[in-house]
Amino acid sequence: MAEAGATRETKTMLLNVGPSHPAMHGVIRLITELEGETVVRVEAEIGYLHRAFEKSCENTSWNNAIPYTDRLNYVSPLINNFGYCGAVEKLLGIEITERCRYIRVIMSEISRITDHLTCIAASAMELGAMTAFLYLMKAREYLYEIVEEVTGARLTISYGRIGGVKADLPEGIGERLEKALRGVEREMGEVDKLLTRNRIFYDRLRDVGVLTRADALSYGVTGPMARASGIRYDVRKNFPYFAYDRVEFDVPLGDRGDNYDRYLVRMEEMRQSIRIIRQALRDLPGGPVQVDAAGHVVESFDLVDRAKMGRTAGLTEVVSTVDPTLDGTQRPFHERIYPDERRVVLPSKENTYGNIEGLMNHFKLIMDYHGIRPPAGDAYFPVEGANGELGFYVVSDGQDRPYRVRVRPPCFFNMAVLHKLLEGYMVADIIATFGSINMIAGELDR
Amino acid sequence: MDDLKGEGPGFITSRLERAIGWARKYSIFQYPFVTACCGMEYMSVAASHYDIDRFGAGLPRFSPRQADVLFVVGTISHKIAPILRRVYEQMCEPKWVVAFGVCTCTGGFYDNYATVQGIDTIIPVDIYIPGCPPRPEAVIDGLMKLQAKIEKQKQL
Repeated sequence: MAEAGATRETKTMLLNVGPSHPAMHGVIRLITELEGETVVRVEAEIGYLHRAFEKSCENTSWNNAIPYTDRLNYVSPLINNFGYCGAVEKLLGIEITERCRYIRVIMSEISRITDHLTCIAASAMELGAMTAFLYLMKAREYLYEIVEEVTGARLTISYGRIGGVKADLPEGIGERLEKALRGVEREMGEVDKLLTRNRIFYDRLRDVGVLTRADALSYGVTGPMARASGIRYDVRKNFPYFAYDRVEFDVPLGDRGDNYDRYLVRMEEMRQSIRIIRQALRDLPGGPVQVDAAGHVVESFDLVDRAKMGRTAGLTEVVSTVDPTLDGTQRPFHERIYPDERRVVLPSKENTYGNIEGLMNHFKLIMDYHGIRPPAGDAYFPVEGANGELGFYVVSDGQDRPYRVRVRPPCFFNMAVLHKLLEGYMVADIIATFGSINMIAGELDR
Repeated sequence: MDDLKGEGPGFITSRLERAIGWARKYSIFQYPFVTACCGMEYMSVAASHYDIDRFGAGLPRFSPRQADVLFVVGTISHKIAPILRRVYEQMCEPKWVVAFGVCTCTGGFYDNYATVQGIDTIIPVDIYIPGCPPRPEAVIDGLMKLQAKIEKQKQL
């Protein structure tokens, strides 16, 4: 027996996957132990994209931390923005306006769709389905155009502001957004036809990388991954924020918790997001202010602008209560999306340039060592990020810069459970499973 | 015409140089070293909407041995810097490096203990594409500048 044991001794092989691997997006190193082609042990090494987010936030003012939050989960930056702003607002105890709530919902859902599109596109490409990647990137481009129109940037948008958003939605965005959503639905339909019933795709994903319900719970996994394992937890439903309690949507659940379920959950979530956006656009408050004699909508600032240019013909017919201060065009928009909270919210440009109080208010908020000063204390504010519960825990010591900004990145928990998903499966399944987790290094390593 | 008078390289050599330059210009096989946010814009550029196949750069090669151009896309932290260096060293000559995004150019606004302040402190860089992240149009502009550089340089 001893001889036989000596000659037939099997050895496991160590294989290093990453951090720069052809078929994996995101920088992570997986140290795998193989027995033949079966993975017996996996160790994930993270930290390749540590950019000192939390430390940077401590060295800057409350408002200036917003650009750093863009780059946490850079696939859905708007959600990060609003999560951080929500946490600081909670700390300050201010309420955002109704219109702003709906704008945040719309923009968050657009971001969620882009995130899921990217995840499915990248994981399909890694399995060899280049066509699906191209279709989904096309769909994402429609949404990026809308995001650019609203925020001024395609990716790193810094659109959230403490107490509101950078600017109101541009005029006529509803129609263009609807057109973009129809485009996204069309491309998603194509991909659905290409992938969902595709034999190869199905076989690569079905019953691979199974995450049991118990494991998901004990590791604190949230988001699409947990929902694919049958856990009904969605921050939007369980702890409604912004205006999510006023829109109707379903939370898709999987029953097996494998890669295929995760794919299906993401596809369905995108459809639900589209549904939410349509409802929010329909219910978006803060619409017309004035109606002219013929019944046409005339906003008061529009009247003022026309009067300033001397186009007064027909204006006498209009029944309108024009503001006596004859404000310009920006202010009504500004007031629609920002609460009347002078400690926090920058005044509209008309006020900044028009009167000394506005100018002082502006400087008091912008200058170093002045800025926003939340009362000493802490606040935790979770939002439903594209990968799960994205929480911001902010601590203030009453200064103009955060004492601590701690992020609960959903990816971190997904990566902690990664070894459970890979062990016992084949080497080739690493790619399929890793793609379905949607690891975002910026969020994971911060 | 100077070539014919016997000054500088000969006629055939210079023609060959030009031919090789022209060919190389349109066969940019890139190795995308994607780490961070810029990767999203890189995906946009690589997809059908912006179509970099027009510049002969449509096929990324995910092996450094097969690649000509190293696209460094995204923040390089001190932890990943040795890996970047190793990938660069594994590439065959002639090779070029594109710094994609401001983090790779200068470190960007990550002026902290974790981030390499510009990849040109580790490897030589040919083209810098600034932006956080650069728009796809900016990337295409950078690509065209790289083409011009490849075409003009000494080939043999």
